[in-house]
Amino acid sequence: MLGMLLRRIVESLIVLFAVAFIAFSLFSFIGDPVNNMLGQEATEAERLDMRERLGLNDSVIVQFTRFIGRAVQGEFGVSYRQSRPVIDLIAESLPATLELSFFAMVLAVGLGIPIGIQTAINRDSLVSKVLMTGSLIGISLPTFLAGILLIMIFSVKLGWLPSFGRGQVEQMGWWGTGLRTWSGIKALILPTITLAIFQMTLIVRLVRSEMLEVLQADFIKFARARGLRERLVQFGYALPNTLVPVITIVGLQLGSVIAFAIVTETVFQWPGMGLLFIQSVTFADVPVMAAYLLLIALIFVVINLLVDMLYYVIDPRLRSMAGL
Amino acid sequence: MMQEAAAHKTASEAAPLLEVRDMTVQFFSRHGTLTALDDVSFAVRSGEVLGIVGESGAGKSLTGASIVGLLPGSGRVTAGEIRLGEQRIDNLDRARMRRIRGREIGLIFQDPQTSLNPLLTVGKQLVQTITSHLDMSAAAARQRGIELLRDVGIPAPERRIDSYPHQFSGGMRQRVVIALALCADPRLVIADEPTTALDVSIQAQVLALLQDLVRKRGLAIMLITHDMGVIAEAADRIAVMYAGRIVEIGPVRQVIDSPSHPYTAGLMSAIPRLGDRARRLVQIDGNMPRLDAIPSGCAFNPRCPRVMDICRVERPQLRPTRAGHAACHLYPALPQAET
Repeated sequence: MLGMLLRRIVESLIVLFAVAFIAFSLFSFIGDPVNNMLGQEATEAERLDMRERLGLNDSVIVQFTRFIGRAVQGEFGVSYRQSRPVIDLIAESLPATLELSFFAMVLAVGLGIPIGIQTAINRDSLVSKVLMTGSLIGISLPTFLAGILLIMIFSVKLGWLPSFGRGQVEQMGWWGTGLRTWSGIKALILPTITLAIFQMTLIVRLVRSEMLEVLQADFIKFARARGLRERLVQFGYALPNTLVPVITIVGLQLGSVIAFAIVTETVFQWPGMGLLFIQSVTFADVPVMAAYLLLIALIFVVINLLVDMLYYVIDPRLRSMAGL
Repeated sequence: MMQEAAAHKTASEAAPLLEVRDMTVQFFSRHGTLTALDDVSFAVRSGEVLGIVGESGAGKSLTGASIVGLLPGSGRVTAGEIRLGEQRIDNLDRARMRRIRGREIGLIFQDPQTSLNPLLTVGKQLVQTITSHLDMSAAAARQRGIELLRDVGIPAPERRIDSYPHQFSGGMRQRVVIALALCADPRLVIADEPTTALDVSIQAQVLALLQDLVRKRGLAIMLITHDMGVIAEAADRIAVMYAGRIVEIGPVRQVIDSPSHPYTAGLMSAIPRLGDRARRLVQIDGNMPRLDAIPSGCAFNPRCPRVMDICRVERPQLRPTRAGHAACHLYPALPQAET
């Protein structure tokens, strides 16, 4: 168990190192930050001075080592665009994205798993057929369109919910939360639904197909042959075995929800990391982009690690393989 | 001969525990109706092992599944009746059928690797099954589970009861499956290929265990297999199935040593015998027909070496032969061999 954990951590570090290198190479390949920061009218002397100050004249290896060293301390330099430390920008936008992603995932899992179970157990009922058709729409509806539709209905037509922003944000230490004010909670609703739709339909279809497969398994037949109640067969035997693979997917999806909240955040002008990233891309704000990449990689790696750990808790076969 | 006669006598003394009469099973789909079992009749008595043999697709497993009301898909028992003791069980509702399964009739499946829920300990699965049928506390059920594991030959059962299925070897796992099938004390056990997935050495142990249970508990066992060796070793009587029908049924020695039906005869000569190295094994030409293409008359007629004109027209009924019954026109009105 400990050996496995150690191996996985080393693997994770290698992944992070590789991503760090990609993030770092952005500095050399994307645009010339000096142009962006000083504008067209700057003199050659000003440019050289700026290059020197940013450390752009050192060798690649020196620059990369310096990059890693700083990154470990949470030091990603100064945003070219806003001339503020990148770490501050991230600290401001990260809570917005995490709150949005968390509630979107809670919604997707909370609705997706029960619906998936329902459509698997009563696969021929009318309700299941309606739900499956609905999930087809959900899976093919582009996120931005869903967002715009929701804005049209609930903000423009009905005027119930705000169409953009985070509402009133309260600081709790460095974490700015929208959950403690009514306007913050209202602002959260539409983006959460928008972000959750696709994930939810994905989970519905995954749970359904996994469960249908498990229901065909021999141990289900044997459980029925022993006269166990159908409820126990479905929820005590089939469901846990269904959830083992579902957990992986949900875990990985959580990562991608955080990483790809970009579209939703753009539609709703949600001041999260996705919006920050998009704005940095248009400005070739390399320090922000690099920090974003690294942070997302870190989140993915940590979630993966947690999912693997969870497997060991759930599945006794893995536990004994690991010598527990 | 003496021994067999004695065994036969004790078996026939009691009224049959399970009686299947003229059972027909059909599957319904948009493309039409398939008759998978046609007019199947047999009986099993307490303390008896009835072997059911046949090629895959002959309807052996379906026979077992239809008795416990677990036919797959659209399958239904459309004619005939099934009786367990005094009770007719083919027309029960789902809740009452559930209480028969496990409580009155235990089932054992082929593959012990996949028959157990991998996420629950053996003890948990035993306790759930026991408390589903018997009015017992979880602690008492656990104690009963330990006794059962001991009965089926699992060493140190008080420790092993908390193990997960994957922590048992294949043979041990099949013992656990048997314990689970027996844990609410059923009177009949339907064992569907119980040894097929096991090593040969372990097959013998599991068969011995089943026979032991028949003796000690007075169980009746329906032993479904395609393995004639298993039948010869463990069964008292044998029913041979072909294309959804029973073609021959009788005491195991007679059927093996002097089969009446040409199909049974073909099956027997396809079994290698020790000391017979020189002889090539005989095979039956052709294949068993698909369910949607069963020939008229006797289903075996296209492959039968002794086919007659009547075989292509009229379907033979089970009729008494020297030792048992066979559905073959070779035995039109033989005087009854035994009374």
